[in-house]
Amino acid sequence: MLMDRLSILQKIGIYAALFVFLLFVLLPFIEMFRVSLRPLDHLMTADFTWWSDDFSFQAYRDMWVTVPMLGRYILNSIFIATTVTTMTMICVVPAAYAYARLEFPFKSMSLGAFLAVNMFTGAVLLIPLYRVLRSMGLLNTYWAMIIPGVAFLIPTGIWLLRSYLEKIPKELEEAAFVDGASRLYTLRRVVLPLAVPGLIVVATAVFIGAYAQQFLFAIAFNNRTELQPLPAGLYEFIGYQDVTWNEMMAAALTGVLPVMLFFLFLQKYLVAGLTAGAIKE
Amino acid sequence: MTDFAATPALAAPRRTMVRSEGLFAWMLIAPALIFIGFIVAWPLAETIRLSFTDARLGGENYIGTANYAKLFSDPKFYDTVGRTFYWMFLSVSLKLIMGLIGATLLNAAVPGKALFRILVMPPWVIPIAIGVIGWKWLYNGYFGLISGLLQEFGLVQDRIALLATKTSAFYSAVVTDVWVGTPMVTLFFLAAMQGVSRDLYEAAWVDGAGRWYRFRRITIPQIMPVIVSMALLSAIWTFNSFEIIWILTEGGPRGATTTLIIDTYKVAISSQRFGEGAARAVVIVALLAIFSLAYLFFLNRVNRHYGVK
Repeated sequence: MLMDRLSILQKIGIYAALFVFLLFVLLPFIEMFRVSLRPLDHLMTADFTWWSDDFSFQAYRDMWVTVPMLGRYILNSIFIATTVTTMTMICVVPAAYAYARLEFPFKSMSLGAFLAVNMFTGAVLLIPLYRVLRSMGLLNTYWAMIIPGVAFLIPTGIWLLRSYLEKIPKELEEAAFVDGASRLYTLRRVVLPLAVPGLIVVATAVFIGAYAQQFLFAIAFNNRTELQPLPAGLYEFIGYQDVTWNEMMAAALTGVLPVMLFFLFLQKYLVAGLTAGAIKE
Repeated sequence: MTDFAATPALAAPRRTMVRSEGLFAWMLIAPALIFIGFIVAWPLAETIRLSFTDARLGGENYIGTANYAKLFSDPKFYDTVGRTFYWMFLSVSLKLIMGLIGATLLNAAVPGKALFRILVMPPWVIPIAIGVIGWKWLYNGYFGLISGLLQEFGLVQDRIALLATKTSAFYSAVVTDVWVGTPMVTLFFLAAMQGVSRDLYEAAWVDGAGRWYRFRRITIPQIMPVIVSMALLSAIWTFNSFEIIWILTEGGPRGATTTLIIDTYKVAISSQRFGEGAARAVVIVALLAIFSLAYLFFLNRVNRHYGVK
């Protein structure tokens, strides 16, 4: 469109700015990749060099030997994040519907209380949380990492999905009521199918939260190595003698690759969905 | 309509429906509520109780407000509070500015923007701990890229270990925190910008309004609700940001990056002084509650001043 037309100079300016912006965003990954390509003894003895002719992918082979359970850690991470997302959504969907559509006593007060949960992170409540999980016999199980994750993600989930559900026209539900459908039936057969794009966005956001914040609960509530998620598992590259940095970086990059590819496919829905739902005037 | 409602026989079932609607609503909320109750509310109550005890591994005794008295008479504590707020304001402002710049760039009609949008996402979608390991290496004085490049271009004579001196460690931690937070802010702002009606821009354009004017007078006011809620959420998360500082510096050197949350973790978990740690946790919650209420109060005032409902 004419309004959006940019002159050559403006385009160059935008690309230059984008380059700087993306360089900042991707810099640690570039550095991690560079480190992963170099042999360990060269890495630690030589000063910084920008380019070196000893680059190889050896670390990507050796890492599976140094930390034999690396594959398990990668899968643990995905398993924990997926379970957290499923359980969170089971709690979030009905609650968000209630806040979007129904009138009931203490509505705004309870919503405010939910949002206030954002003020507490796991690190603040670590000791009592430890005791709760111990009394339920959940320490050193997957549940010790899953359950706290779910609780801290529910409020954001409700907040995001509620504003999305509010945009679905009420008339559709009312039509179903007139036809004699029950509330639960309407929720299942009318509202949820219409909310699928919103559900994808919220589930994605919850998954990101669950995947990104696995470190603290893992080091605090779990000491069984075979259950550790990737961020905690990476610490095994820190040995008694030395840290195999090159393999650690290789493992970190390899470990996040499956999830990165997954987001590549979801990216389109994510930005579009955020526009439609999460943003409320 | 009014006629039917006035008929007692028809009005009565409607009232019961309202009551059952309330019950139905609470049934829908119950699963979420039970979760929060067990994992947040009860531990919170327990934290408050512990803050009045001298709890350690061995046992606990009620000691009244001694933990708080000790805390409030410690000059170091006030340094930590000040540092935490400075950390929060600096980091959140930078995240919002970066997010606004990033979203504007990604929203520009240039070829390849779909690719650029994907490239912004990695810091948001990977585990925080992993990104921070990358930064830790970047900041390293011997092998790190930053020190290396600065030497290469002759900007510094010697190696600079950014995490080793107090000032540079603090600002390095800020940069990493901004790095972790920027993509999410950017994508939310981008989504909001795409939600702004094209008609507004076209009307302004027809009237001869330039790009900067359109940005200032249409984009910014239209996405203001998102900026405002992002700012508050981001502020709370940044205040409580734990993993980034812990992995980079563990609060050092000499306490230069010790924010309240780091201090709390050190006292409660590292030195296992549960009671004193709990008192710090309660202070964090109280400060954040005051901050959030003040923020919302001022927001209300500003909105009313501009006649926004």
